[in-house]
Amino acid sequence: MQPLIEVKNLKKYFEINNGIGKKKNVVKAIDDVSFTIFKGETYGLVGESGCGKSTTGRTLLKLIEATSGECIYNGKNILQMKNREMAEVRRDFQMVFQDPYSSLNPKKRIGQILEESLIIHKIGDKNSRTEMTLEILKKVGFQEEHYFRYPHEFSGGQRQRIGLARALILNPQLIICDEPVSALDVSIQSQVINLLQEVQKSFDLTYLFIAHDLSVVRHISDRIGVMYLGNIVEEAQTDELFERPLHPYTQALISAVPISHPKQAREKIKLKGEIPSPLNPPSGCVFHTRCPYATEICQSQKPDMRTFSSGRRVACHLVEE
Amino acid sequence: MENDILLEVKNLCTYFSTEKGKLRAVDHISFSVKEKEIVGIVGESGCGKSVTAESIMRLLDEKNLVSYEGEILYKGNNLLSLKKNEMQEVRGKEIAMIFQDPMTSLNPVYTIGNQIVEGILTHQKISKKEAKQKAIDLLRFTEIPSPEKRFDQYPHELSGGMRQRVMIALALACNPKLLIADEPTTALDVTTQSQILDLLNKLKDELNMSTIMITHDLGVVAELCSRVIVMYLGQIIEIANVEDIFDSAQHPYTEGLLNSIPHIDGDRSKKLNVIQGTVPTLDKVPVGCNFAGRCQYATDKCREVEPELKEVMDNHFVKCWNYELIRKTNKEENEIATPY
Repeated sequence: MQPLIEVKNLKKYFEINNGIGKKKNVVKAIDDVSFTIFKGETYGLVGESGCGKSTTGRTLLKLIEATSGECIYNGKNILQMKNREMAEVRRDFQMVFQDPYSSLNPKKRIGQILEESLIIHKIGDKNSRTEMTLEILKKVGFQEEHYFRYPHEFSGGQRQRIGLARALILNPQLIICDEPVSALDVSIQSQVINLLQEVQKSFDLTYLFIAHDLSVVRHISDRIGVMYLGNIVEEAQTDELFERPLHPYTQALISAVPISHPKQAREKIKLKGEIPSPLNPPSGCVFHTRCPYATEICQSQKPDMRTFSSGRRVACHLVEE
Repeated sequence: MENDILLEVKNLCTYFSTEKGKLRAVDHISFSVKEKEIVGIVGESGCGKSVTAESIMRLLDEKNLVSYEGEILYKGNNLLSLKKNEMQEVRGKEIAMIFQDPMTSLNPVYTIGNQIVEGILTHQKISKKEAKQKAIDLLRFTEIPSPEKRFDQYPHELSGGMRQRVMIALALACNPKLLIADEPTTALDVTTQSQILDLLNKLKDELNMSTIMITHDLGVVAELCSRVIVMYLGQIIEIANVEDIFDSAQHPYTEGLLNSIPHIDGDRSKKLNVIQGTVPTLDKVPVGCNFAGRCQYATDKCREVEPELKEVMDNHFVKCWNYELIRKTNKEENEIATPY
């Protein structure tokens, strides 16, 4: 498989102003993250709130300016691009947001919302734009009459489908889905997940799927990166990751997911305490304060990301292949 | 057996007066909660599960907004006929409630210790010093590290999971017999969620409390509850023991819900089940069965006559005309699929 984008040593530090004359603090939201997304696959990023998964998605689109690092697309580092160059890349990278209520302009009709991106990228003339819009609406399960409706006339699931249509209309290479189903009810959630999978096939899309719900990420992703406090701690093929999680955090995270049947008994790994503040991350391995297996080396030295022969990557001192 | 029933809801209806007329958010529901039992109420948003909880606590604006029908019997007394000050005695002391968002449920300008002590002193005649000791014990019981230190902290200094623990400590302040938990883990991360679920189990085992657990997450139900109530559009459509719900759901809506969530150990190549359409709004409640418009098994009878909630097996109640047909098709499918 061909890599679509390669992210190398991506860092994003936010400066926190403590007031005039006081020392500035730094939040390491993303601390040295590297990963590759291959063409046509779904790459899942999971982790708990505050682990930096959404920030990672947004820095790729330059919605947030990265502190350092590279993101190679078509041989060019997009993080260094000027705005004009970036505008072209944005045509290839689209995003679907979590909240379908605040991501659509309430004053515009659905047709206008969808055509806007075509106008921005100067695609087609007025008639062909309308035609393209109607076609894309049909693809995500709407009729022609919905073209003239306003966002408030739609339910949450329908709005999320409009959000997806807006991403699809530019015929992008990559769609970054930032928690696309977590605001939806379970029965609606499955509609959107199925639609995402259908259009992936018909448009030959690549997804970066960011979510906190492990069952959903497992269902849709080909490969998964697990994030903790600004770091990717483990990355593997989905089935491999769930059958044999290697990093202690991945193990704990998977065991914390509620069981799917009451008769099922699963051994739970209890984590001590809560996620430390990213303002003041632990020394050495970021996970050592909560890790049940932590040793001395974990406290003093940050583990390197090691790649195993199966292609799986783990950042832990204690894991052997 | 009859005596261990703590709460019994009989034919409860909750009406809201709105611009669109009087809407029935809770529609003739009946269920009971036994002592030391965790009952789950599941359903999608707008199905009336939270309104049920708020009706039991009588938290809604009775002057302008809501009116009730039916009975809510707590230890044999009808809560709906109590006066305002009598109801105040029940809240906190007999029935306590915790909410989804622990940040907005705590008062940001008081320390958490202060808030727990206030709760204790409202219902118990003890000195402030004793109350403080009791508050610290409660914080310790809910597994908050260094409770003496936390006592003097404000809500904003605590994380989401810690705040939910404080809410539970606050709910326990006056030794209630029944806890109503309204989506207590929805705003939390999975690892924190699993800790809070353990804590709720501890209430049952160590304090002999009953819990009504309101949630949309069937995994939480599988983990915690012994009996499950499934609601749709203000009505109870199925009640059963938790194993029966997961093994032999009889109502097509319950079945659809169970099949539409991806499981952590399920088959990934299988497409997720979809329940067609959306939940109708309360001013457009259909004639006949409420679910008929979205149901794949619906017949003309379903669209015309409303079915009753009927006991189809031991302690398994279903509100559906076609449950036998559904049971048959499910059985055939189960024989093909590998059993648990």
